[in-house]
Amino acid sequence: MYRLTDVTKTYRNGHAVVQALRGVDAVIDDGGWLAIQGPTGHGKSTLLQLLGGLDRPTSGRLEFGGRDLAALHEGQLTGVRARAIGFIFQTFNLMPTLSAQENVETALVPLGVPGAARRQRAAAALDLVGLADRRRHLPAELSGGQQQRVAIARALVKEPAVLLADEPTGNLDEGTRDEIIGLLARLWRERGLTMVMVTHDSVVAQHAQCRAVLRDGLLSATQQV
Amino acid sequence: MFLTYLWRELRRRARQALFIALGLALGVGLVITVTAASSGVKNAQGTVLHSLYGIGTDITVSTPAAQGSGGPSRFLVGGGLPTAGSTFSKHLLLSASTGLGPLAATAVPGIRRLPHVSAAAGALVLTNLDVSGTMPSIKRNALRRPDTSINTSSFSVLGVDLAAARVGPVSSARLTAGRAFTSGDAKSNVALVDADYAAQHKLRPGSRVTIGSSDGTGTSFKVVGVLRAPAGATPADVYLPLGRAQALAAAAPGGGNLKHQVNTVYVAASSAAEIGAAGHEISALLPRATVTTSGDLASQVSGSLASTASLADDLGKWLAAAVLIAAFLLASLLTLAAVSRRVREFGTLKALGWPSRRIVGQVMGESVAIGLAGAAAGVALGFAGAALVTRLAPPLSATVDQGPGQTGAGLGARSRILHNLAQASTHTVSVHLSAPVTVSVLVLAVLLAVGGGLLAGAFGGWRAARLRPAAALAQVG
Repeated sequence: MYRLTDVTKTYRNGHAVVQALRGVDAVIDDGGWLAIQGPTGHGKSTLLQLLGGLDRPTSGRLEFGGRDLAALHEGQLTGVRARAIGFIFQTFNLMPTLSAQENVETALVPLGVPGAARRQRAAAALDLVGLADRRRHLPAELSGGQQQRVAIARALVKEPAVLLADEPTGNLDEGTRDEIIGLLARLWRERGLTMVMVTHDSVVAQHAQCRAVLRDGLLSATQQV
Repeated sequence: MFLTYLWRELRRRARQALFIALGLALGVGLVITVTAASSGVKNAQGTVLHSLYGIGTDITVSTPAAQGSGGPSRFLVGGGLPTAGSTFSKHLLLSASTGLGPLAATAVPGIRRLPHVSAAAGALVLTNLDVSGTMPSIKRNALRRPDTSINTSSFSVLGVDLAAARVGPVSSARLTAGRAFTSGDAKSNVALVDADYAAQHKLRPGSRVTIGSSDGTGTSFKVVGVLRAPAGATPADVYLPLGRAQALAAAAPGGGNLKHQVNTVYVAASSAAEIGAAGHEISALLPRATVTTSGDLASQVSGSLASTASLADDLGKWLAAAVLIAAFLLASLLTLAAVSRRVREFGTLKALGWPSRRIVGQVMGESVAIGLAGAAAGVALGFAGAALVTRLAPPLSATVDQGPGQTGAGLGARSRILHNLAQASTHTVSVHLSAPVTVSVLVLAVLLAVGGGLLAGAFGGWRAARLRPAAALAQVG
């Protein structure tokens, strides 16, 4: 699914130049689950953003399904994100004014899915994550775990090939964390997803097929579970 | 989804949206009110000018009377003085006392043929003077002034061109009784009389009125109609067919008649934009004539109407523009601030695959919706403001120079001023100010409000479009 060859990413932060990634080489197979761990500020989120087409590498080659993401123009990247990649964020990032169902529907808007089909698919996705009875609730009316379930439904409603999760349990208590990880593990298995997850939590990382550590911009110690 | 998202977002930012909408509404309301008041002032000016000129007249042409012809300095009637102790009754029709000099009637077709002129009508502005009594005997070296029993009365007479009725003072008057002149009246002794004059002298259609002549004899004219001049006008007392007035009138006391002469020409330009060009053409054709356009006359109008016009033009428009600009700036800044607060939201949408144009459209849609709300409120405010202006505005007065006893309808402003050097007087017209709101103003106001919304949305959209999704999400924490 992914092939990274000597990928670097350099930021300019004021006068300082930050080398977030210093030459990452990796292969992520279709249907694989990679957990990336490492200290804060060592490039984990940056790598996830490059994998999601939210940013471009400064140098190197980043292939997704055989296409170099760095060579795609903005419209093509947007299309890849809309069709093939689902995101889950630590802070859920739900639209506060939209209901759970409407939040899920937002992922289908760029695909041009008609309204009725959109509502039907969103309802099915919420049912999948166990929130069929919370469809009309606003995010503020849901618990953290429920909000993350809505975010998972939103990520999966378009049936993407890849699910990218940035600290998906970082804001949850242990019980809810286990529920969410259990849900993700089930969906990964049932749907044959390729999943890349950034996490500090070793308990969460243990569920992954492969674990890697990103330190000082270098990916190391890839560990097959 | 677009409308749902838009509506929910506006509800979330209801206070801010209301603030922006009210700002736009205030600007739009002021624009409508000021424009309506300005239109009202223009209408009022038009009323004044029409009352002086006649509807459809854009230019008057006249020449000042020669110096020393200001009035009868000697009483030469019928070839000499009546003998002492004899009684007499004379009717004189004079042009000299009007302050206007003669123009050849052939100038009228010449003016009519000019490229930027659509119509021209010659007219003869005259004063009828009736003198009667007993001639006193004047003894040489008498210390005491002799007793006199001479009575004089006068009224104004206007000879009008029957072939060009759509310009000139008669065009703006309303027929209240009888009939108007027809082309068959050109050589008939028929007259129209002003309604006030008719009431004062108990005249009605079928009555007779005696008009003087250059030799002091009177001619009886049959009244065929009664005219009511527009409000504020100073109409002639009696209107005659131009040919009859020319045949009877004297250029100066004791002088010959005014056959083939007029003393005012009323001109309609081919369009409002061509008035200046038509004026220049007439000046070139008649270098000695005084050419007065409606603009010239408007500039000589003073009083509260002129002050209001100046106020509407200067302060009102600038105030409306300033408020609108402030509202636009406020809307733009608040929209930018709102976008800045929604960076995370837009970053998430970009991560979900929303193209930038869709996000920009969402932001602009919200701004346009606020603009529309502002437009609706602004239109309501504008109507209320215009209604207040109409209701509360005090009567405005327009003052123009005018000599006593003159037919204001017949005088060019310059001629009037020359004449009034000796007999300074003013004529004040009272006009009620109304502030009409027109459809075009409403459309303009709505476009302004929506334009303001679009401008604000464009700023916000530009900011949203420039967001790099990675950077936007990085701000999340």
